[in-house]
Amino acid sequence: MSTFAGSLRQPAGGVDGGASSRRLADLIFRAREFGIIAVLIVFVAVTTSVQPRFVNSQNIKFIFSNAVIFALLAMGETLVVVARHIDISVGSVLGLSAYLSAHLFSQVSGMPIVGVFAVGLAIGLGCGAVNGAIVAIARVPSLVVTLATLYIYRALDVIIVGGGMVVASTLPNSFLAIPSSSWSELSSVPYLAMVIAALVAFTAYCLRSFRSGRELYAIGSNPDAALLAGIPTGKRVFTAFVLSGGVAGIAGVLWAATYGTIDSTAGYSYELTVVAAVVVGGVNIFGGSGTVVGAALGALLLATINQALYVLGISSFWDPAIDGFLIVLAISLDHWITVRLTSALRKRSLYHVV
Amino acid sequence: MSSETAVGQPGQDQVAAALPESASLAPKPAVPLFGKARVLVRWESALVVALALTILLGALTSRQFLTSENIFSNVCLLYGELAIMTLPMTLIVVSGEIDLSIASVLALSSSLVGYLWDQHWPMPAAIGAALAAGLACGAFNGVLVTRFGLPSLAVTIGTKTLYAGIAEIVLGPSIITNFPTSYTTIGVNPVPGTHQLLSYSALVFIVLAVAFAMLLHATPFGRSVTAVGWNKEAAQFAGIRVKRLKTLLFMVSGLVGAMAGVLYTFRLSTSEPDNGIDLVLPVVAIVLLGGVSIFGGKGTMLGVILAVLVYCGLQSALLLTNFNANALEIVTGGLLLLSVLIPNGGELAARARRFMNRYRVSGTQ
Repeated sequence: MSTFAGSLRQPAGGVDGGASSRRLADLIFRAREFGIIAVLIVFVAVTTSVQPRFVNSQNIKFIFSNAVIFALLAMGETLVVVARHIDISVGSVLGLSAYLSAHLFSQVSGMPIVGVFAVGLAIGLGCGAVNGAIVAIARVPSLVVTLATLYIYRALDVIIVGGGMVVASTLPNSFLAIPSSSWSELSSVPYLAMVIAALVAFTAYCLRSFRSGRELYAIGSNPDAALLAGIPTGKRVFTAFVLSGGVAGIAGVLWAATYGTIDSTAGYSYELTVVAAVVVGGVNIFGGSGTVVGAALGALLLATINQALYVLGISSFWDPAIDGFLIVLAISLDHWITVRLTSALRKRSLYHVV
Repeated sequence: MSSETAVGQPGQDQVAAALPESASLAPKPAVPLFGKARVLVRWESALVVALALTILLGALTSRQFLTSENIFSNVCLLYGELAIMTLPMTLIVVSGEIDLSIASVLALSSSLVGYLWDQHWPMPAAIGAALAAGLACGAFNGVLVTRFGLPSLAVTIGTKTLYAGIAEIVLGPSIITNFPTSYTTIGVNPVPGTHQLLSYSALVFIVLAVAFAMLLHATPFGRSVTAVGWNKEAAQFAGIRVKRLKTLLFMVSGLVGAMAGVLYTFRLSTSEPDNGIDLVLPVVAIVLLGGVSIFGGKGTMLGVILAVLVYCGLQSALLLTNFNANALEIVTGGLLLLSVLIPNGGELAARARRFMNRYRVSGTQ
């Protein structure tokens, strides 16, 4: 048993003890996402009451354009984390993909935007495949492997970029418009946010209802039991890493479109922020429970908080401290809920047996 | 020993093949690399070879490498604080936890020293306050991990941001540089009597390394740390006060991080909120390179000290060639990968063999 996993692990789905406890579990599981939404609403309400211009379309656009990249990364990270692994190389993969894909516009004349996304995705999948292969075949701890590839991918990025950079003037306007284009001038929710939301919803559905998705939770709950139950753990873990890499690759292209100027520092030190968003979103860092919707909402919450602090005129020097405090608070709260839930379930199932 | 020999027996082999080899965070018994010759191929021996190769590489590629000037200014000064922080990190990782906030404690301590000096505190008091703050940071981590039962990986990602954030609040937009020369000379001058070789940070590292090595390997406390990392429940039943021990380790980590922060401030004569903030992952990388298991329970101080030397030596050797300074971390990554792949090489080969056997059997049917 991992010694620091905490003794109260939340069983994933299919809890013993009949329908009533399952309903209770469902409720509180859902309540976890509701919890984040509630915090989000309270936060927006309080901020708006102090500073009414917080909910103007410009701000909301800004929040979404910040949140989509982190939401995407958090979604990929969740796939890995629920299987009791971790991928801290995503920031470097993002950087590599952002530069290489955006660089194509100046290298190849008439480069289609779809092609650039395909290249970004391919780079991400490749990086993820390397991570996944090492973790799944050599069976070495993913924290160590992805810490190593974090450095290696970043160094490759530095070597490839050299002293150069991609500037916005070399990028087509239609590409730069991707993050901000929306239904109408008045609509503040960009298309991109809707696309990402749909993607998150689809992934959530796959994780919840597909056999391979459920198996990821099983692996995260108890890897040994999962293997004995006939789950191809190596294959599933490999796939999770490949997907996480691919998502980071796409996020890299979006990063390029959002910021326009790309040097070798793109996505630098994103990795721990992504893990923070995942944890704030209620995903257990030791696997077995949590949803991609929660993780994406966690990313949205962090982006909202940053923008709110800015709008409230709180000195930006307070940002990281408040972020850090909220992360610690979220982890504590989530743990408290888990403990309560576990004891509630235990009581219920005892009652059911008697 | 029993589990190690059992794997080698033919009957047990198939059982072992059928049993799950956890790809998880669960610790597993060491698999012998070459049977009983395992002792001869300890990870530390590999590190000694790596260190020898590093020195050879450095000496061959540059005449400057082995000069006292290079050793002093490009190794001791540059990596002193980093090396110091690997020591408490080793204890924490051996105990089965991790402290990702240690570099932020460095930044906070550096900011506090600057701020308090700017507020006309006497320097010893400012240093004392910074160390106390580091201790408090460590205690906060420890309480969250042990009393609240939260995973240290998640908690210290949070407190990493929190402490760095407090550092920003403390200093605001200002950067303090007007430190008295009597202190800044400590940061940049060699220790007298060491042939211009050692910086004060390197001296602190050496003293602490000896102390920590004795603590980990020759005291009941150190054995308890290993025991807790190997099996927390068993350690608890053996009468070890696990929570108190872990809290203590986090406090030590905070204190040493703050010490590194003070040294860092005097070396650069600058107090900035982002001082040394990027050092945390290199610290973890060196500890893991030193053969410490990320699952806890396994690891020696000797291995980590050797890893520090290999890391610093290799980076400095590459710096002397025309290697892209920003891409130096590729070395860190490569070494780290090797450090997990090589010890697993034996097992990997065995699994490949088993896979081939299975394939052959199914092929004849």
